[in-house]
Amino acid sequence: MISSSLQQLAEALGSKAISSVELTQLYLDRIARHDARLNAYITIDAEASLSQARLADQRLARGEGGPLTGIPIAQKDIFCAKGWRTTCASRILDNFVSPYDATVIQRFADAGAVLLGKTNMDEFAMGSSNETSYYGPVRNPWDLDCVPGGSSGGSAAAVAARLTPAATGTDTGGSIRQPAALCNLTGIKPTYGVVSRWGMIAFASSLDQAGALAPSAADCARLLNVMAGFDERDSTSIDRPAEDYCREIDSRPNGLPLAGLKIGLPKQFLGEGNDPQVMQLIEAAIADYEQLGAEFVDVSLPNMGLSVAAYYVIAPAEASSNLARFDGVRYGYRAPDYRDLNDMYRRSRAQGFGAEVKRRILIGTYVLSHGYYDAYYLQAQRIRRLIANDFSEAFRHCDLLLGPTIPSPAFKLGDKAADPVQMYLSDIYTIAVNLAGLPGVSTPCGFVGKLPAGLQLIGNYFSEARLLNAAHRYQQVKPWHLQLPPGFAE
Amino acid sequence: MNAWEVVIGIETHVQLATRAKIFSASPIAFGAEANLQANAIDIALPGVLPVLNRTAVEFAIRFGLAAGSEIATRSVFARKNYFYPDLPKGYQISQYEWPVVVGGELTIQAGQESKVIRLTRAHLEEDAGKSLHETAGHSLRGKSGIDLNRAGTPLLEIVSEPDMRSSAEAVAYARALHALVRWIGICDGNMQEGSFRCDANVSVRPAGQTAFGTRREIKNLNSFRFLQQAIDYEVQWRIATLEDGGHIEQATVLFDPDNGETRAMRSKEDAHDYRYFPDPDLLPLFIERDWVEQVHAALPELPAANRQRLLAEYGLSAHDAAVLTSSLEIATYYEATVNAAGKANAKLCANWVMGDLAARLNREGREIDAAPLSASQLGNLLARIADGTISTPVARQVFDALCAGDGTSADEIIASRGLRQISDSDALAKIVDQVLSANMAMVDEFRAGKEKALNALVGQVMKASKGRANPQQVNELLRNKLG
Repeated sequence: MISSSLQQLAEALGSKAISSVELTQLYLDRIARHDARLNAYITIDAEASLSQARLADQRLARGEGGPLTGIPIAQKDIFCAKGWRTTCASRILDNFVSPYDATVIQRFADAGAVLLGKTNMDEFAMGSSNETSYYGPVRNPWDLDCVPGGSSGGSAAAVAARLTPAATGTDTGGSIRQPAALCNLTGIKPTYGVVSRWGMIAFASSLDQAGALAPSAADCARLLNVMAGFDERDSTSIDRPAEDYCREIDSRPNGLPLAGLKIGLPKQFLGEGNDPQVMQLIEAAIADYEQLGAEFVDVSLPNMGLSVAAYYVIAPAEASSNLARFDGVRYGYRAPDYRDLNDMYRRSRAQGFGAEVKRRILIGTYVLSHGYYDAYYLQAQRIRRLIANDFSEAFRHCDLLLGPTIPSPAFKLGDKAADPVQMYLSDIYTIAVNLAGLPGVSTPCGFVGKLPAGLQLIGNYFSEARLLNAAHRYQQVKPWHLQLPPGFAE
Repeated sequence: MNAWEVVIGIETHVQLATRAKIFSASPIAFGAEANLQANAIDIALPGVLPVLNRTAVEFAIRFGLAAGSEIATRSVFARKNYFYPDLPKGYQISQYEWPVVVGGELTIQAGQESKVIRLTRAHLEEDAGKSLHETAGHSLRGKSGIDLNRAGTPLLEIVSEPDMRSSAEAVAYARALHALVRWIGICDGNMQEGSFRCDANVSVRPAGQTAFGTRREIKNLNSFRFLQQAIDYEVQWRIATLEDGGHIEQATVLFDPDNGETRAMRSKEDAHDYRYFPDPDLLPLFIERDWVEQVHAALPELPAANRQRLLAEYGLSAHDAAVLTSSLEIATYYEATVNAAGKANAKLCANWVMGDLAARLNREGREIDAAPLSASQLGNLLARIADGTISTPVARQVFDALCAGDGTSADEIIASRGLRQISDSDALAKIVDQVLSANMAMVDEFRAGKEKALNALVGQVMKASKGRANPQQVNELLRNKLG
């Protein structure tokens, strides 16, 4: 059962081979058995999940099930879910029970999916290793001494260890794709504006985008079919006709499955900084893609080198403002003792936020300050424009871009925690995609020792169906994604 | 002693009379129980997002058109960041570098002169909530309370150029702006409830100097009287300080209406760095020409155009035209009065609306929209003066009767009380004869050359006719009989 795709699970539920309650219980049992080693979940509420499962079973019995009805899905703890503690992995929201549903949560509920639990993450999604969580680090199921990546590290570890069939994530600078790569999963970050941000706790509003983590590209397409869609409650949501993200995957091509697909290889992705073994896997994957009918062209993204710097101005700037609402006044953590209003603010935020969050609030406050705004924030916005232009230029010559998702496999817990810049550089290939607002997918492409590596595909705006199909066709010939981490197969 | 020139610019926060808040669907009605008009967006729960209220934008466009401003094709909402308990997000959504309304002007009446005050800009923003402190009638158990009902209420902040040179001009500007925003229906103008609040930027400089003096900003003046008092106090304090060789620091000050003084709230050194930046949750606002055209077509006649029409078509004086267009309610009432009385009687209507009616409203402490008689009742009454049916003194009786609700129309009261002017000369001659025979002494005095005696006789005839005689006719009859 734990190796089933979402489609197979839907068929099993539809044919009454298993009930949603049984399936949910199966995963709750797996969480109980394995999660102590991983720390992938922050909140489990078995009774709430099972009561959703019972409703799903009734719906299935009436023959009203949809593609996800009755299937348990883990939700990153950044999405507000009514009646659920929603912490964003921060002490400052440790006691916050959301009175409302995020659009993503609502859409899964409408589809009949079961909310299996809230997954661990970097605090306020700020991190690339899931070490900044107030609830402690998450461990990588492929090597418990290694990080699972971040910030959607709990979601990635939970799916990788099959403590859920699939999970949501959010991706501000690589937070879906990077943990997907480090945990042998498929992860998609859609075009900015495709999935509503309503109810998703903001880190950097102009970069944040919700997406999915699952074993396969086909699973991700099914999840995206539920998550995507215009939402008038999010002014940055894009009003365009709904589309079926499975349509290319489900098509039956004549001849080679990727014939005619032109893939660009950005030279800035394939240079010195990569682990040689990761590069070998990427080169092997390029050969596989040629076998599938794809053609390759060399392209250049000349301003790529500026993306991490621009990102670490824009994202903290927005974060410093987005996190101002956590002030101890209306909800969340308030320091127990304080002298006056300013002391209450100071202590609540000093005690409520972790070190990385404070670092970014300070950076963000600084770059927006009078006298520095033009030199930092405006300059970073100009770079952002140049990077978007680089991608537009590249897409005049090809349909997709290909490269590694992250230069190296998972690193050890604690290895980069003391050096923020090293940590920031682990997102070097994913960040530019967020700055440009483009969709990106990471797909498993093999192993370096026992650790998985990921291949990133980047498409033009709204090319999710094509991206997922390109990952899917590769997965049909190289099913790395079906391998399970030892120790979690039972 | 030097001659000093006062320089004043005014920023006005106009609360827009939309149904919902500017970025959420909560209602904005005044006076609800604390926090019952605050939804997830207003209290800034994690994950909530703003969605711009289209009506608030339309109201800004209306204002821009009425003030002859440019409506920006593209404007941008920005975050103004600061911590305060009644500011739930830790930032206020406002407009900074790119406001929705740019430029424009307002003509004010300063004494007999009219003067054009230029506008810098007008921008949309959200209001903050209110901090509640313990009062005699309201216990908070020693704590402060937060009421977020007002948080997110739409405001249009209208900024003038420093074009005013006295507190009287400042008040005239504020009144003209107040009249305009109510005229075009974007604000209820209720100053006590905070729907219209002024900040005055005041500086003084030696007469003839072109550079501005250091300015201090007097915050949150919510009545015309306070505006005047605060500026007068500030100016007198500034001049005294400067003449004593003192130095003025740029500052934000509050006016205390209890002692009539201004005092500094924070100096320039404590000024916040608001770290403005474009709000990434809201896309730039693009306003299409078509929309502006539609709003333009739906605008009522504006005060300036109305004033011009009263001058040109009704032949009123500039002063009368200004008074009668000082608010939409007065202008509407006056126009309806003229409609009922006939255009030819426009001047008579003006005299009554500004005279007898205004005096009565003043005495009774009412506004014109609560006048005790309707404009059509008044117009009908005035038409009866104009066509000679009644005299002015009788008209006043009828006016009083209408105000008291003693009849539904002037015609009805005239008929039921027999007030129609006596123009039948035989009937009048009979009354004159009676008066003459009863007042022989006066007749003798007149014949002895005392002109005044004739007036007394006219008075007696009027009295005998209960005011219904036509005084001119009486005069002629008497002269004939005595001549």
